[in-house]
Amino acid sequence: MSGPSSGCGFLMSVVVHGDLALNEQEKDLNQRLRRLYPAVNEEETPLPRSWSPKDKFSYIGLSQNNLRVHYKGHGKTPKDAASVRATHPIPAACGVYYFEVKIISKGRDGYVKYMGIGLSAQGVNMNRLPGWDKHSYGYHGDDGHSFCSSGTGQPYGPTFTTGDVIGCCVNLINNTCFYTKNGHSLGIAFTDLPPNLYPTVGLQTPGEVVDANFGQHPFVFDIEDYMREWRTKIQAQIDRFPIGEREGEWQAMIQKMVASYLVHHSYCATAEVFAKSTDQAVHEELASIKNRQKIQKLVLSGRMGEAIETTQQLYPSLLELNPDLLFMLKVRQFIEMVNGTDSEVRCLGGRSPKSQDSYPGSPRLFNSPVHKASSSQTYQTGFDSNYCNGVSSSKGHTLAHSHKSCPRTMPSPELGVLNGSRGQQTNVGAEVEMEVDHFSNGVSESSSNGFLNGSSTHGIDLEECDGDMEVDSAQSKRQLCGGSQAAIERMIQFGRELQSMSEHLRRERGKNSANKKMLKDAFSLLAYSDPWISPVGYQLDSIRREPVCSTLNSAILETHNLPKQPPLALAVGQAAQCLSLMARTGSGSCAFASVDDYLH
Amino acid sequence: MMACLLEAPLRISVLSEVTATSRHYVDRLFDPDPQNVLQGVIDMKNAVIGNNKQKANLIVLGAVPRLLYLLQQSSSSLELRTECAVVLGSLAMGTENNIKSLVDCHIIPALLQGLLCSDLIFIEACLRCLRTVFISPVTPVQLLYTDPTVIPHLMSLLSRSRHTKEYITQIFAHCCKTPEHQTVLFNHSAIQNIAPLLISPSDKVRMQALKCFSVLAYENTQVSMTLVNVLVDGEQLSQVFVRMMQRDKPIEMQLTAAKCLTYMCRAGAIRTDDNCIILKTLPCLVRMCSKERLLEERVEGAETLAYLMEPDVELQRIASFTDHLVSMLADYFKYPSSVSAITDIKRLDHDLKHAHELRQAAFKLYASLGSNDEDIRKKITETENMMDRIVSGLSESSIKVRLAAVRCLHSLSRSVQQLRTSFHDHAVWKPLMKLLQNAPDEVLVMASSTLCNLLLEFSPSKEPILDSGVIELLCSLTQSDSPALRVNGIWALMNMAFQADQKVKVEIVRALGTEQLFRLLSDPDTNVLMKTLGLLRNLLSTRPHIDQIMSSHGKQIMQAVTLILEGEHSIEVKEQTLCILANIADGNTAKELIMTNDDMLQKIKYYMGHSNVKLQLAATFCISNLIWNEEDDSP
Repeated sequence: MSGPSSGCGFLMSVVVHGDLALNEQEKDLNQRLRRLYPAVNEEETPLPRSWSPKDKFSYIGLSQNNLRVHYKGHGKTPKDAASVRATHPIPAACGVYYFEVKIISKGRDGYVKYMGIGLSAQGVNMNRLPGWDKHSYGYHGDDGHSFCSSGTGQPYGPTFTTGDVIGCCVNLINNTCFYTKNGHSLGIAFTDLPPNLYPTVGLQTPGEVVDANFGQHPFVFDIEDYMREWRTKIQAQIDRFPIGEREGEWQAMIQKMVASYLVHHSYCATAEVFAKSTDQAVHEELASIKNRQKIQKLVLSGRMGEAIETTQQLYPSLLELNPDLLFMLKVRQFIEMVNGTDSEVRCLGGRSPKSQDSYPGSPRLFNSPVHKASSSQTYQTGFDSNYCNGVSSSKGHTLAHSHKSCPRTMPSPELGVLNGSRGQQTNVGAEVEMEVDHFSNGVSESSSNGFLNGSSTHGIDLEECDGDMEVDSAQSKRQLCGGSQAAIERMIQFGRELQSMSEHLRRERGKNSANKKMLKDAFSLLAYSDPWISPVGYQLDSIRREPVCSTLNSAILETHNLPKQPPLALAVGQAAQCLSLMARTGSGSCAFASVDDYLH
Repeated sequence: MMACLLEAPLRISVLSEVTATSRHYVDRLFDPDPQNVLQGVIDMKNAVIGNNKQKANLIVLGAVPRLLYLLQQSSSSLELRTECAVVLGSLAMGTENNIKSLVDCHIIPALLQGLLCSDLIFIEACLRCLRTVFISPVTPVQLLYTDPTVIPHLMSLLSRSRHTKEYITQIFAHCCKTPEHQTVLFNHSAIQNIAPLLISPSDKVRMQALKCFSVLAYENTQVSMTLVNVLVDGEQLSQVFVRMMQRDKPIEMQLTAAKCLTYMCRAGAIRTDDNCIILKTLPCLVRMCSKERLLEERVEGAETLAYLMEPDVELQRIASFTDHLVSMLADYFKYPSSVSAITDIKRLDHDLKHAHELRQAAFKLYASLGSNDEDIRKKITETENMMDRIVSGLSESSIKVRLAAVRCLHSLSRSVQQLRTSFHDHAVWKPLMKLLQNAPDEVLVMASSTLCNLLLEFSPSKEPILDSGVIELLCSLTQSDSPALRVNGIWALMNMAFQADQKVKVEIVRALGTEQLFRLLSDPDTNVLMKTLGLLRNLLSTRPHIDQIMSSHGKQIMQAVTLILEGEHSIEVKEQTLCILANIADGNTAKELIMTNDDMLQKIKYYMGHSNVKLQLAATFCISNLIWNEEDDSP
């Protein structure tokens, strides 16, 4: 997430330099860092990319993009020691962090070649070599000793000199550090490291020059192989994590989560089959699930007007109590009008004959045939035929469902095909009206509900299918409000209503910057001759319906005292949140436990 | 008492009951109706699964020959024959005794015969059973090679199915134990046939194929040289092995791949400075030595690593600083740990079983690490309690540990500094001497070779060793059948005689005896000859010693010198002999033995005109000593 934005920054700075080779190097660096540390959020915790010109002792000179360090002091006594830190501390979310330093020159003859490579916390004295002070750690080239916050070193590894490449690896999972020399691991040097250490290098001999590699070039040591081992370890730990004491408890919990997820997103048929086969109770009335499903379908097919009407119908007080929600829905409706998908403009544009048949543009429709519903005869026939459809297709239904990757489209087109006769569509349309009445009446004796599911979604789905196709064609032509003048007028009128609603809201409830921005963005669409390719054109994308849809769905569920988020999504969210919390508190194992790895 | 009496018949009745049911299974194999026989075999199969007692019963009751008969009868239905193979396979899964009985019933030729059938299911059942039999340590692997048509047939079956691949490679991996086996498999295109299996989608097949390559390449130049040129799916085999060593792969796979590359490297097929050795194989093997690995893996890892770097000082240097290997190995000596003894009897047992193996592996690796570099030797001797561990290792009951400990000691004894310090401080000569008293030849070779170093002039251990009656022991070594022991014996005597007291020299000559000395001078092994001449040279140094020895053995020594100078010998031998002559010339009375020997003077003259400069120099040295003596004598 952070990668692209920081990458952008780099590209821009490169343009200023006008150096193509540098450009390539930066690209390499960004690519390598992203591959090595995918869990790091660089907006929060940027990775070290060079030495800091600000965080160094004066005897240190930097060059070559702040990657080359040279010593320019006297180098007579330890008082002449000088260090430099990297620009940023090592983020815990790296899991395993690694950098290398190449000794370009060991310095002038006649001096002891003091040279230290290591880590230090912010604020540690820079007039010292790494390792000599508290929160400072170093491996020194003259004697090969390691210095762990102390002036006296411990025998650790071989000495190093001109031409050697010394690597330093910080394991943020077990808070240890090891070094490498020319690609060979020297073994653990330090344990119990504190968090937020900076790569640090210290010199004390005139003529000493070292180059750092924070990922600009391939490393000599195979750090990725080391990371593979830790990834495997962490994942094995997760896999073997002890769950539930009692047999079956864990399974039951997972089944519950899956069931609640299906219910939440109104996959009623699947939910019911699942509940039945896992022997669970569904906590929401099926009718209610189906209502939500219907509303969601309308929103997702861009038919906001109908969605609002239906919501008002089924949940009369919901939008009254949530004027901000209503406002959001209306703004979306306005956008759909521009898009030419909202039912109000569709009928005016004359481009949706079927929906016109079923929904003759009048919102009154839902109220009118109330009495019809009581006519059991009509109802019965309709019901029967649907019942049959339901039975014959119930298998195909779930099957088709599992093929769909996108959860918003129910597999009703298959149902239509199963029906075989196209002529039925109009019938179905009529039935929808009846059933809608059925629900609006609040009749909740839907005992054999599984099959009602098939029938209730039926009509709408068919049309949604058609509708979607028309949206596509409309988009290819891309005419405002579908090209109809009447529709444009209706849209403008609707815009005015929206404006006054906004003003009204502000008077009633005070300023709301989110609402203001929403409205401004939506109205901005009209400022362009082709709104679809305009900077605000993203609003027209059908994917933008999803947040609206889920907000509305959550609001409905809340009124029923049901969780506005399914436990499964909550758990996934919590896990992700947990990982970023781990990153913030310095638990490196978060690097190798991406939630996405477990969502297939 | 009563209870016992009552119980005894009860047990018998239970037993007879069990045998009766088993008897019933066997009886059904003889039913005249083939359908009943089939059902009988199927019932038997279900009865023996996981039931070792039942298996033993059926074997005792003679089910095996009948099953084999049914399996081999071409009149039996394929289904029956397959079920028979399955039951036999199940019986083989039991105890080692079961396997022995099966092998005694000639199950192997019967099953191998069965592989000629065209039915894959039947072949697979036979192979599964053969696999189980062959991987048992009680089965003689030679049985796979008795019929020369078997290996080519197995090669032809290899690619038939996932199971044939797995079973056949597993059989090969277990039955390739000698260079002859390697050659047979190699000649039947084992490499070409098995290489593609390294990228099989089945983990088991990949693993078994890898194991095949490790046993094929072990100390085999021909196989190793072929392997480097093999491509698997366009990729070099060494790269496939490198990928199998990645740290997220199963440990067994990493270790076996590292073995393959090690063997290829030792056979000269891969250079020791190749990245796949220096940056991959070596670090992988060091990782196998870490505390995180299982005890078995740590043993194999250390042994393989020791083998890999034995001849290469650069690898030894790198290994010496990789992942604290030297101190990591110190942990190998801590089994069974004091904790395991108290907490967990099972673990104690496990630790005990591996303790010897761990110790000998560590000694081997230390020996290899320290064989060339003085700094590494120092690092090793400075490891906690190192010398104590070697000292106690030298007297362990396990021959393997003793041998490895003495190897380690030998490697460290090449260090002048260590000989002067730690070796003396820890009186390593004592257990070493003890070891020399009564040990198999391979231990003796190492121990006597170490002793040679301990007897070097600057070694403070030399004196106490001399006092312990080592001369007799070394003289007896010179009479050994093993050239290596003869060399070490005479070598040690040579070192001992260097700048030694008159008393010691006399004792050496006395203990060895001139007869033995002459025998050694005509030894077929040039090394023995050279060291014997060296001994003579050391004996004949400083004027009084020369005169003394020459007065008592002059005649024989002059004879020997003549013999060698006249014989067909290398320049080095002749040079050494002329040096002896020069030493003799240095004596006051001894020089007369030359001056009065016209023939000898002629020989010296001849060598002064020899085309080889070394011989010229040695002969001149001789003359110079003769002349110098004369001048000295005439004031």
